[in-house]
Amino acid sequence: MDNSRFIAKHVVNLPKSGIRDFFDIVAKMKDAISLGVGEPDFDTPWHIREAGIYALEKGKTHYTSNLGLIELRRAISKYVEKNFAVSYAPENEVLITVGVSEALDLACRALINPGDKAMFHQPCYVSYSPSITLAHGVAVPVPTFAKDNFALTVEALRAAWQPGCKLLMLNLPCNPTGGTCDRAQVEAIAKFAVEKDLIVLSDEIYSELTFEGVHTSIASLPGMKERTIFLHGFSKAFAMTGWRIGYACGPATLIEAMMKVHQYSMLCASIISQEAAIEALVRGEDGMKKMRDQYHRRRDFIVRRFNEIGLKCHLPRGSFYAFPDISKTGMNEKDFAIGLLHAEKVAIVPGSAFGENGKGFCRACFATSYEQLIEASNRIERHVQSLAKNPPRP
Amino acid sequence: MKPIVKLLLEGGSLNTAQMAQVLNLSEAEVNHQLDALKKEGVLLGVRPVLNLSPEDSGVVRAVIEVRITPERGGGFNRLAERISRFDEVESCYLMSGGYDLLVFVSGASLQRVAAFVSEKLSTIEGVLSTATHFMLRSYKEHGFLLEGKAEENERLKVAP
Ligand SMILES: Cc1ncc(COP(=O)(O)O)c(C=O)c1O
Repeated sequence: MDNSRFIAKHVVNLPKSGIRDFFDIVAKMKDAISLGVGEPDFDTPWHIREAGIYALEKGKTHYTSNLGLIELRRAISKYVEKNFAVSYAPENEVLITVGVSEALDLACRALINPGDKAMFHQPCYVSYSPSITLAHGVAVPVPTFAKDNFALTVEALRAAWQPGCKLLMLNLPCNPTGGTCDRAQVEAIAKFAVEKDLIVLSDEIYSELTFEGVHTSIASLPGMKERTIFLHGFSKAFAMTGWRIGYACGPATLIEAMMKVHQYSMLCASIISQEAAIEALVRGEDGMKKMRDQYHRRRDFIVRRFNEIGLKCHLPRGSFYAFPDISKTGMNEKDFAIGLLHAEKVAIVPGSAFGENGKGFCRACFATSYEQLIEASNRIERHVQSLAKNPPRP
Repeated sequence: MKPIVKLLLEGGSLNTAQMAQVLNLSEAEVNHQLDALKKEGVLLGVRPVLNLSPEDSGVVRAVIEVRITPERGGGFNRLAERISRFDEVESCYLMSGGYDLLVFVSGASLQRVAAFVSEKLSTIEGVLSTATHFMLRSYKEHGFLLEGKAEENERLKVAP
């Protein structure tokens, strides 16, 4: 029986993730060096894991309030005030979610009416466009460019804007480009958001991993808290991807709306993860900075190597991704990535997995050991040289 | 801290060619900097951290709490340095609290270590007392876990 006819149309039409395709190919390749991951190579620091174990021992095995543990919301409120210069009331302006992933979905479902348009800069995290589509919204991508180090510019926003745009999704620093915006650029974006009366979803999951300059949260700018939902989590900075824990902060009315969706679909985030998250915020800063320093040095190494190899690579100011331009090889990003995998057993992700505007680029995650980075860069070099000797036929 | 020192601390077992790549230096320059660190007395040596079976390692280790008499002028230093020079002594620390020196020693057998303590250490002029504790088993050495390391946590090869 063909049961596919039961599937909702907007789900049928959802494109399969380019990451998924590529994963299937890489999974078949034994012992490839992978720079294709999207998470830290570090395991969660032990004191945080131990707090999770302790929570289990103490019998913390029950539901929490829909918003999440008040102790965690208090810790988040403090942390966000200290590091992002914007204050949220723990009682009604903070919502604990199952990762930023859930927070994104909640925000889309709580804010988007069918047909509402949502802007986001692209290349971007793979969930953005589908989250909008699943909420019956219309995705409006805004390109970012290598010449701007993949910072989002107001010119691009203006060019992409159309009547009916209600939402602006930001991800600074950005997965996959590592691009981010300095304060003046964020101010200009804020001004644009006010001018067009947009609500801003600001996914700042990589903000701690900002290597140059200071990270400016758009929520901290005058007049922006009211129209911003600040999304953050523990996955990247605290190496807690598997714990599935994140949060949304925003004006009480909007958090309340998101909470409604959350309470009916998720009820609450795992209490064990919430307990561990408290430990991360209260005592995790030193460990987090240590990891960041290591990413920083690895970034400097891998970016320099890409440029030496002749794959032009801007300096990603944040995140743990390098996003080299591979177009000089004469190949498209998919063929290049697949060729590299087969010839040299190194996995990097074709930029087009992150949207149209990622064409001609590949994403290489440098959250891996020096040994692996050195070996991978040497193999990529060998591959690029052999391509130059035997250029691919068009 | 110099970049090369940071890398030594963090980079684990990189060889000099790999260090050169990471630091963007020639291999000759890396060797030169390592030599300089040795000359300055900053880099004393590099040793592997091994997890050998008891038969293979063939050593018995003990920690000894030592009480000594401080001397006018030199305090504890002269005696501590003298004790440190024995091959049996792996590490030696001046401590606050109930005793003065904490001495880590190793030897081929329990008898050898005991003999070292009774014949060499306690007979030194100025050593007041010793308390020897033999180590039965090691769980962590220089930041490396000896057990429970086997399950390598596989990350997905490709993730968003
Ligand atoms: C930009 C961005 N947002 C959100 C997420 C998902 O994070 P979480 O693990 O908190 O759901 C990721 C993970 O790759 C990401 O890169």
